[in-house]
Amino acid sequence: MTAPARTKIRVLIAKPGLDGHDRGAKVVARALRDAGCEVIYTGIRQTPEMIAEAALQEDVDVVGLSILSGAHLELFPRVVEELKKRDVDDVLLFCGGIIPDDDTKQLEDLGFQAVFRPGTDTREIVQFVYDNARVS
Amino acid sequence: MENIVERFLGGDRRALARVISRIENETPEGREYLREIYPRSGRAHTVGITGSAGAGKSTLTGALAAELRRREKTVGIIGVDPSSPFTHGAILGDRIRMQDLALDPGVFVRSMAGRGALGGLAPAINDVVATVEAFGFDYVLVETVGAGQDEVEIAGTTMTTVLVNNPGTGDDIQAMKAGILEIADVLVVNKADHPGADTLVSQLQGLLNLSPKDMRRPAIVKTVSTRGEGMDELIDAVADHRNYLETEGLLEGHRAKNARHQVLSIARAILLQRIQASTPDEQLDELVRRVGQRELDPHSAAEELANIVSG
Repeated sequence: MTAPARTKIRVLIAKPGLDGHDRGAKVVARALRDAGCEVIYTGIRQTPEMIAEAALQEDVDVVGLSILSGAHLELFPRVVEELKKRDVDDVLLFCGGIIPDDDTKQLEDLGFQAVFRPGTDTREIVQFVYDNARVS
Repeated sequence: MENIVERFLGGDRRALARVISRIENETPEGREYLREIYPRSGRAHTVGITGSAGAGKSTLTGALAAELRRREKTVGIIGVDPSSPFTHGAILGDRIRMQDLALDPGVFVRSMAGRGALGGLAPAINDVVATVEAFGFDYVLVETVGAGQDEVEIAGTTMTTVLVNNPGTGDDIQAMKAGILEIADVLVVNKADHPGADTLVSQLQGLLNLSPKDMRRPAIVKTVSTRGEGMDELIDAVADHRNYLETEGLLEGHRAKNARHQVLSIARAILLQRIQASTPDEQLDELVRRVGQRELDPHSAAEELANIVSG
């Protein structure tokens, strides 16, 4: 007889770069917590290396990045590159913040499966995570 | 994920992370991995860090790890935060206070959710500590959930227990109460730059003076972990405790005691599962109903359940 599986979705919520506006990241972290996820929150001012290393050590299923500074096309590719460097290639990626519609295609090409902008219902984010997370 | 145990034994950190997940989730592979790596555990100095919420456990853990790195020791850190009793979700925020260690290859930080375990730890904590030990770290630091007066489980998991106290959080009668203070091998007065730190030190000293003469007296260390102050003294105090266990020949006994506790609690969980698996829901509902109606007392009902398994 085996013990009941206790698998939970593990999510890393991180803010790369220098902007300190973390309300959005905290709202999303809280919504995912309330939906039953285990959310690793690393706070503001993370480098791409720090985010990738946290994703590796915590063995997360999902990585969500929040950015409001406009540097997403600078920083997000570097996060993806650092994840690849560490063979962390099986996580669900999503992002949110002040991100122009025109940039969506580029972010999708990088591997981000969703871009959430201000005004998004948190239930939509929760649904996205539960529909798409590959729980390892 | 072929040969994950081999990769683990070869020092692959991603394999370590994945093995921890399997073990934490109590999967059959996880059990298999643990069986293979368990003989390699037991060599690290495991240190539990406990204290109330906001006492500075995470910052202290980070500062302690940084000082250990200066002494060229490798450090595994396991930080436990509580799970929601309602949604079972959790916010794991211990890494926030350990940013300086984020990219150090001699440090590995893993956050765990309490998942409903009592005592300030997580259900799989002992297995995860053994896993991190087996990877080969010199020290494994285990930070508990914010603990109050009675969360003493950590002492059954680690070799040395550090209790983090703060000035201004209660008089000496609080400290006289039974419970968490009794498990401390090292007493830390953190935020020692705040008023009342020396008063707290003398209260703790006064309290230790009341202990029986043959009991080991825990060291009291003042720290300001946001500035890394007191970490040298803290490491010395932690090392002294291990030396004490070794020179007095207490280490084996300490290990045996923890092992006994672990084996019995796992056996208890297995028996409970067996009872639940072999009791039809209707039978359990009926028993519970009779207790609710006061037709039967809960002890007799439990005995009836237990008899189903033991025959």
